[in-house]
Amino acid sequence: MKVSLKWLKEYVDIVLPPGELAKKLTMAGVEVKGIQIIGGAWTNVSIGEVVALDVHPNADRLKLVTVDLKSRRVTVVTGAPNLKIGDKVPFADVGAELIDGHTGETVKLKPAKIRGITSEGMVCSEKELGISDDHQGIMILPSEAPVGVPLAEYLGDVILDLDITPNRPDCLSVIGIAREIAALTEQALRVPEINYKELEKPVESFASVEIVEPALCPRYCASVITGVKIAPSPHWLQQRLMAYGMRPINNIVDITNYVMLEYGQPLHAFDYRKIAGERVVVRRAKDKEVLTTLDETERTLNSDMLVIADADRAVAIAGIMGGLDTEVTEATTAILVESANFDRAILRRGIAKLGLKSEASLRFEKGLSHELPLPALRRATQLILEIAGGQAAKGIWDAYPGKTERNPISLTISEVKRLLGMDIKLNSIIKTLNLLGFECQKPEVSERILVTVPYWRTDVCGSVDLVEEVSRVIGYDKIPTTMLAAPVPARRLTPEFTVREKLRNIMLSCGFQEVLTYSLTNLDLLKKLSPDQRLIGPQPLRIANPMTREQECLRTTLRANLLATLAFNQKYGTGAFRLFEIGKVFIPREGDLPEEKEELCAILNGERLGLFWRQQSGLMDFFDAKGIVEGLLCWIGNEIKFDIANDKSLHPSKRSDVLVGNVRVGIIGEVHPKVAEAFELSGTTYLIEIDLKQISSSTVSLKKYEPLPRFPSIIRDIALVIDEKVTYKQVRDAIQKFPLVSRLALFDLYRGEQIPRGKKSLAFRIVYQSQTKTLTDEQVAQVQKQILDALHHEFGAVLRK
Amino acid sequence: MEWDYYNFEALNIPKDHPARDMMATLWVDFETDVGDRPMLLRTHTSPMQIRVMEKTRPPIRVIVPGRVYRYEATDATHESMFYQVEGLAVDKNITLADLKGTLFEFARCLFGTERKARFRCDYFPFVEPGVEMAIDCLVCSGAGCRLCSGIGWIEILGAGMVHPEVLRRVGINPDTYTGFAFGMGVERVPMLRYGIDDIRLFYSNDLRFLSQF
Repeated sequence: MKVSLKWLKEYVDIVLPPGELAKKLTMAGVEVKGIQIIGGAWTNVSIGEVVALDVHPNADRLKLVTVDLKSRRVTVVTGAPNLKIGDKVPFADVGAELIDGHTGETVKLKPAKIRGITSEGMVCSEKELGISDDHQGIMILPSEAPVGVPLAEYLGDVILDLDITPNRPDCLSVIGIAREIAALTEQALRVPEINYKELEKPVESFASVEIVEPALCPRYCASVITGVKIAPSPHWLQQRLMAYGMRPINNIVDITNYVMLEYGQPLHAFDYRKIAGERVVVRRAKDKEVLTTLDETERTLNSDMLVIADADRAVAIAGIMGGLDTEVTEATTAILVESANFDRAILRRGIAKLGLKSEASLRFEKGLSHELPLPALRRATQLILEIAGGQAAKGIWDAYPGKTERNPISLTISEVKRLLGMDIKLNSIIKTLNLLGFECQKPEVSERILVTVPYWRTDVCGSVDLVEEVSRVIGYDKIPTTMLAAPVPARRLTPEFTVREKLRNIMLSCGFQEVLTYSLTNLDLLKKLSPDQRLIGPQPLRIANPMTREQECLRTTLRANLLATLAFNQKYGTGAFRLFEIGKVFIPREGDLPEEKEELCAILNGERLGLFWRQQSGLMDFFDAKGIVEGLLCWIGNEIKFDIANDKSLHPSKRSDVLVGNVRVGIIGEVHPKVAEAFELSGTTYLIEIDLKQISSSTVSLKKYEPLPRFPSIIRDIALVIDEKVTYKQVRDAIQKFPLVSRLALFDLYRGEQIPRGKKSLAFRIVYQSQTKTLTDEQVAQVQKQILDALHHEFGAVLRK
Repeated sequence: MEWDYYNFEALNIPKDHPARDMMATLWVDFETDVGDRPMLLRTHTSPMQIRVMEKTRPPIRVIVPGRVYRYEATDATHESMFYQVEGLAVDKNITLADLKGTLFEFARCLFGTERKARFRCDYFPFVEPGVEMAIDCLVCSGAGCRLCSGIGWIEILGAGMVHPEVLRRVGINPDTYTGFAFGMGVERVPMLRYGIDDIRLFYSNDLRFLSQF
């Protein structure tokens, strides 16, 4: 909100320079976003009166204008076509800094010889003064502009651009800001005096007011003025509206806007003769009721909106915008001025539904005081009588069903100290509150005061609000800084936290780059995770009002965003990509917030060592992923096992479930070629996914020490020829059944010339170990024979020749 | 994800309250039997104050980092998803002076011991008195420059004393206990510290950016 310092000066003396004033307001909660100085550049420009106008002897299109500057008269050359004798104009002396009307650059004015006549100074257009882009002619000042006075004094101003927080609707007014300044600088506030003559005829005889639902309209005030003359507003009023950013329309409308800016209470003027039945009814709109608003738009309303209606139809959307039919035009001769208070909830819903906002609705929706309508209406009525003439009906119609008593608030010094951590003397508290307009009563000799909240402060309801008032005016910088005195409560890290950080650190140590991707994704992207482009997994939760289609639903997996990230980065780099994300995915739940599942997802793509001069490191593959998973989980204390997996996004013969103990904790695999294609990935991509919840107390256990073998072991290598369809796992499990087998490692897989078709050769190194004695070769040979017999029996395996 | 109740109502922001405009909300398409749409993507980490206080009795000292979401068009200084860190301390005898001290110390740890801090009055519905802390500009130390838009100070976080209504609602007696809370946007810190000029870099995951840090 913009406020003019010049206007503020009417209500309070400004004793600080603008910069300091801005700082004080900002610190006290009324933030000054910017300061605009109008006329700061107008040195050497003053107001002059045109007293003579002659043709330039040497140029048809030029004139010689003589300007009276009170202490002297100057004649200069001008090319402007619009001057008349008696006009008040801005006159710039040599040395003034003006904007060149053609180039737009700032130039210092020098004496000039124009077609033989010396010109020391010039009369200015608005563009040359930097006021507007108007360069058609000389700027004509109002007739009352004082001759000889510097222009900066007359037109100059400082505009404060304020950011008002939603709890201070009282500050959406010039008087409200003046109040703040008065309190902060300890100056007196000057509120306009209201005094006007009324007719004999009471306002009730002109119109009646009916409020259908008092809860929605706690107060409705109206005054009636007849015999008004519609005309443009006086210059000073127009100027103030324009400084704020409002467009002048006519004197009546301008006055209602002016008082709205001045008092913070929106007003509306109706053409009295257009109010059917001389009845004003405040009611809900009827469903599908139609009204054409002032902006000439036809609007369809519903019953969750409030309207002002007459005997026949709706004439205004209450608190938001007036109707076109009853607007004040040049033909208007009598007006009804409304000053009311409306329930902010129904107003906000109406604003949202209609997509319509106004200066009025901006104030109403913050919740204005029920006391405000009356003084504002009287002020407007007085101004209308002064400026537009006419006669006011006697009295004000005041329907006030929402009148409530506000109880005083009790405040003690100890409460102030308790909250702030600082002693403030009672006198200081009382003085500060008084400055703000709060009346204080000390019932007896005690440290308790009873504070009456002024009507314009709808935000102060309890003693904490009073504490804030006191502390913000005294200044938060006066409050000491202390550290919390109590001992810090015991810090307990949750197991989930520990697991997550452990996994994160291991991934980083494995050379992975962590990424964080958006929680929101879209169905198209999720569908790419399946070779047949159909959604895998649960239907994601959708956003009711997404910003974009790309962010239309909540992710149910980390894979999609990660693969998209890989594709994005492959455009810019080559070599090795190792990315991971630890994050939450959102699984919808019936009737509840979604389950927020924490997962780790990692992808590998490219050369193992990137581009390396010494050797070709080879592309990363399934076993890199497997090795990383083993590293990720090696601390778990339970055996990590890999098993057959079922996962549409991964290559059917290159994927494995990861189990700890017998609990499935995740999966690894090669990204299905069709999926890689859908994501436009180059090269082969491998994926690891771990469900963090499964890495919990049920899967993690303390490692147990195993005593070292006291006896030597014996190593044997065997190669077996078996059917293709027999898996390594089956053979391994069969061999490991034998207790003397301490360790088993597969060191070769061979298919080829020496092996029959449909068969393969697996070579194992077996370590035989006894805990109780040294094994002999014969004992080992015996066990090995048992093993081979078992393998032959179960799988038809034979030793390779 | 959160319920409207935890994100707004319990934090002293009832329905139809203008303070809701301060944070534009992304709503989840989840309708109840009565046609309500109460599920949303949390707009700040403050709902966690309520969640913690519902489960824990004072003394409370928690820090809650987390993702927050806004209905916001993205540009160099605005993102639709970002991180905040919420802090809450509730105990007997906690004062605004303690809040100042804690936050000031935090600012010095993060931005350097020569930093000055400024506390001014601000408004959040769930704290009273409400506070905004700013540090003197890292580049010009208060003289005014491009980074601080000529003001000389850079806002870092919002804070205040927990509103008694908020305490009452979770069953903590405001006559016995007081508390302070603060919340800050995380991305701001590395942006200031490292001179990163575009917030979208954090989640676009361009490796050319990530690998710099």
